[in-house]
Amino acid sequence: MEVLIGLEIHVQLTALTSKLFCPTYSSYRGGSPNTYVCPICLGLPGTLPVVNRRAIEYAIAVAKALNCELSDRIIFVRKHYFYPDLPKNYQITQYDGPGFTSIARNGHVKILINGKTKIVRIRRINIEEDPGKIHYIGGIEEAQYSLVDYNRSGVPLLEIVTEPDMSSPKEARVFLDKLIAILEYLDVVDTALEGSFRVDANISIRDYGRVEVKNINSIKDVEKALTYEIVRQKRIIEQGGTIARETRHWDDKKGITVPLRAKEFEEDYRYFPDPDLPPIKISTEMINKIISTIPELPDQRIERIMVQYGLDEYRSTVLVLNKWLVDFFEECAKIYSNYKRLADILITDFLRWIKELSLDLKKFSVKPQSIVKLLELLDKGILSIKMVKELMPHVIKGEINIDEYIESKGYIRIYDEQHLEQIILEAVKENPKAVEDALKNPKAINFLIGEVMKKTSGKADPQKTRDILLKILEKIRDMKR
Amino acid sequence: MPVYRLIEEFSSDAYKVFEYVDSIYDRIKRVEDRVKAFITIVPKEEVYSYLETLLKRGYNSGSYPKLFGVMIGVKDNISTKGIRTTCGSKMLENYIPPYDATVIEKLKSVGMVIHGKTNMDEFAMGSTTETSAFYPTRNPWNLDRVPGGSSGGSGAALAAGEASIALGSDTGGSIRNPAAYTMVYGLRPTYGLVSRYGLIAYASSMDQIGPMARNTTDLALLLTIISGHDQRDSTSLPLHSIDYLKALDELLYKEPRLRIGILKELFEGSDDGVRKVTYSCIDKICSYHECIEVSIPYTKEAVAAYYIIAMAEASSNLARFDGIRYGLKVPVEGRNWVDVYTEVRTKGFGYEVKKRIALGTYVLSMGYRDMYYIRALRFRRMLKEKLDAMFSKVDVMASPTMPIPPPRLGEFFEDPLKIYLADVSTVIASLTGYPAINIPAGWNGLPIGLQLISRPLSEPILLYISAQLEERTKLRDLIAEV
Repeated sequence: MEVLIGLEIHVQLTALTSKLFCPTYSSYRGGSPNTYVCPICLGLPGTLPVVNRRAIEYAIAVAKALNCELSDRIIFVRKHYFYPDLPKNYQITQYDGPGFTSIARNGHVKILINGKTKIVRIRRINIEEDPGKIHYIGGIEEAQYSLVDYNRSGVPLLEIVTEPDMSSPKEARVFLDKLIAILEYLDVVDTALEGSFRVDANISIRDYGRVEVKNINSIKDVEKALTYEIVRQKRIIEQGGTIARETRHWDDKKGITVPLRAKEFEEDYRYFPDPDLPPIKISTEMINKIISTIPELPDQRIERIMVQYGLDEYRSTVLVLNKWLVDFFEECAKIYSNYKRLADILITDFLRWIKELSLDLKKFSVKPQSIVKLLELLDKGILSIKMVKELMPHVIKGEINIDEYIESKGYIRIYDEQHLEQIILEAVKENPKAVEDALKNPKAINFLIGEVMKKTSGKADPQKTRDILLKILEKIRDMKR
Repeated sequence: MPVYRLIEEFSSDAYKVFEYVDSIYDRIKRVEDRVKAFITIVPKEEVYSYLETLLKRGYNSGSYPKLFGVMIGVKDNISTKGIRTTCGSKMLENYIPPYDATVIEKLKSVGMVIHGKTNMDEFAMGSTTETSAFYPTRNPWNLDRVPGGSSGGSGAALAAGEASIALGSDTGGSIRNPAAYTMVYGLRPTYGLVSRYGLIAYASSMDQIGPMARNTTDLALLLTIISGHDQRDSTSLPLHSIDYLKALDELLYKEPRLRIGILKELFEGSDDGVRKVTYSCIDKICSYHECIEVSIPYTKEAVAAYYIIAMAEASSNLARFDGIRYGLKVPVEGRNWVDVYTEVRTKGFGYEVKKRIALGTYVLSMGYRDMYYIRALRFRRMLKEKLDAMFSKVDVMASPTMPIPPPRLGEFFEDPLKIYLADVSTVIASLTGYPAINIPAGWNGLPIGLQLISRPLSEPILLYISAQLEERTKLRDLIAEV
C-alpha cells in the first residue's frame, strides 16, 4: 500500500515588525489580549488594507530559495468564511486559479533520504494574513464560552503547499527540517517562536480517500501524527473498509487523530480579487535586487562543505541543516584541519550534549578554540576518545579550563615517547628476571607494564607503554641471537 | 449664503460665526421634523465649544483655518471619530468610530464644522433614501417626493438650508441622483481622486466620496479640500493636490470651446418633461461649444453589470458585520456563534441589504460566477474601451442625470425594478471610474438635473461647464421653502 503525503505549511514572517496590511506591531507574543490591534486589523468599518512591501520582498526571497516560478504580479483575493477569529469574515490571501495567481508556483526542495536524493515538489506559495486566535477556557470540549484575541490578526503569513511527494513520516520530517533550514538561512522566521511554523498534513493510501490532519504544532508531532494516521488507514483498508474524505484533528496529548468534519465537497469560498488592493507588478529589477540579498543557501553550502573540507554528503547535510552548527564548524576549521574528526565530534557528541542540556544555540557561546583544543589533545594521544566524550559537556557549559582540569584529574599522560622510553628502559634494567619471563611468555609483560605505571604514578599510556616495551623486548631478543 | 462668502465674512470678523451657527440651528429646528435630512445632529453646545477652541487657537497663532466655521453635513457612512456613524442601519445604530476618515481629517484641518450626519439608504443601497433603517428623508421641494439617494440626506440638508455644504458618496449615482432631485450641484470624482479610507464600503471598486453644494464655486472648493493622495488607501491615485478653484478660474478666463457629446439613448429613454428641461439646458451652451450626438447602445446591460458587481462586492464587504467587535448586540449566553451571527444579521440588516447580500453571494458562487460576475467584469472592460474611443471625439458627454423626476415616497417599494433602471445614466461613470457631475437643469414642477461625464481627472472641465451653465440658468444657492 503506497502512502502519499503532502504538506501545507504556514510560516509567519516573524522577521517583520509590522503586520501585513497595517502598521501595527506584529511581534505580538507575550502581549495582553487585544493590545496589538488597530482599526484595520480589527476590520472596523471603513478601514482599508495597505500592503507591507517588506513582506512581499521576503515572499519573493522564499520563492526563489524554493526554486519556484514567480508570478509577474501579486493579486490578493478575498476568501470568505464566517469565523470569529476572522475580523472581516474574509481572509485576504491569494488563489491559484483562472484569473488569479499565487505569488509563486512549481518549485522544489531536495532532501537526502538513506543516502539518496529525493525531490519534493512545491505546488505554490501564497502570501496571506493570519487570523486572530480563539481561546477555549478549559479546553475545546469543556469550555462554556470562547474568547477571541486579535493580536495575531493580520500577521504576515506564507502558505507553502507541497505536492504529495513524500511516502513516509520520516520523509516528511526530513523535508520539514530542510525547509526550516532554508527559511532560517533567509532569516525570515524564527521557528523557535510558538506558532510561527504550523503544519497541516494530507495523507492517503493510493486509490483511497485523502485525509487532512490539522493542529500539528511541532515537527516531532508531524511524524507521530502521520505514523498514527497511516496505521489507522491501513487497518481500515485491511478490514475491507473505505477511507472517508475528511479533516481530522491531532490530539497531541492523547497521541491520536480525531474526526473534525466530513469533507464531502469543496467548500465555496467565493474567491474574488480584493478591490481594495490593486495588483502589484513584480519587476525584474525588484527580483534581481532581492536575489542579490539572498545568502548562501543550504544546498549550495552542502556542496561547498563537501568540496572545501572533503566531507561526504551525509555529514555535510547534517552540519548545514543546523546553521549555527555549520557556522561553528567553519570557525573551528580555520584553526584545525582534521575536518572529518571535527565534523564527527560536532554532529555526534557535541550536538547530543547541546540537546541534552537544552541549550539555545543562539544564546550560548562555546568558543571554537575549546573544542579544537580537545581534538588536538585527542590527536596527540593526551586524551582518549572516552575522555573527550566525558569532558564535552563541561567544555560546552564553559565550566572548565581544559589544561587545569585534566591536570587536576590526573588525566595528563606521559606522552613524550622518548621520556617514556627512558622510564621503560630503567624498569627493564631493574627487573632482569621479569624480562627473561617476558621473553618466554608474552603474558608476563604485564608485570613490566605495572612497574612502569608505578614509576609514572599511573600517568603513562598503557597502550603506548606496551608498544614500546614490545619493541625493546624484540631488540633484546635479537641481541641474544 | 455661499461658502465662499462665509469665508470672506468670517475672515473679517471671526465672531460672526456664532450668528451663523445659530441661524443654521434655527433652520434645522424649523424644518428638520418634516425633512428628516439627518440621522445624528451634533448638539449646538458642542459646536460652540469646538468653535471656541478654534477661535482661541486662531487668536494665539494669529490666523484662522481657511474654512473656519463652515458647517458641513456628512453622509452617515463616513467615519467620524466620536460621532456615531450608522450607515443608515440598525446594525450600526450605536456604533461610534474610534477614528476619522481621511476626508474628515481634511475637513477638520481647514476648520470646518461637522454638525450632523445625514440620512442615507441603508449601507448606501438604494436611490431614494427610503431604505434607511430609521426614517425616509423627504424632498424639501415637495415633501411627497423622495430626495433621491443614497446621499438623499445630504441633498435635502442643502436644499432645506440645514447645512452650507455636504459630503456624499457615490457608488452607482448616489451623489448625482440626490443632487439632481434636490436641485444642487454634486460631483462624483474620478475613482481614486478622493481617499476612501473611513468610508464604510458598499462596492469598493466603485465607491467614491464627493462634494455636494449649492453652487459650482463651493463644489470646487470642497473638492480641493477632500482630494489628494492618501497612503492609507491603496486605490488612491498618486497625484499632487490640485486647487480646483484656481483651475476653474483659469478655464473661465480662457473659455476654451469644447466638444459636447449628447448621449442619444439617454435623452431618448427619459420622460418627456425631463428630456425637454435637460435638452434646453445643454442647448444654452451649444452655440458656444460644439454639441454632437453620440451613442452608447448598451445602457440596459450597464445597469445589469453595475448591480452584479456592486452586489458581489457588497456581499463580501458586509460580511464583517457580525456583532462581535462592534454593532448590534444580542444575547450570547449559552449560544454558539453561528446562532449569534444569524440573529445579528437577521435583525441588523434591512430587506434591501439582505436581498443584495443574497444576490451578491449567488453571483460569486461556484457555477454561477462565470455567468454573472465574470461576464459583468468583461462588460465593464468593454464599456471603458467604448468610452475611451468616444472621448477621442468629445470632451464631455451630456445626459439627463435621472430619466424620471423624483418618485413619490413608496414608489420604490411598489416597483423596485423601475427605480433600479433609473440608474441607467449614472452607472456608466461608476463602472468606468470616470468623473461625472450633476448640474441643476431646470424645473418641471420638480427639480431636474443634467449630468456630464468626462475623461479621468477632467474635473476642472466639468466644473467649467457647470459654472457656465450656472451663469446662464441662475440655478444657484437655492433653498426650498419647506
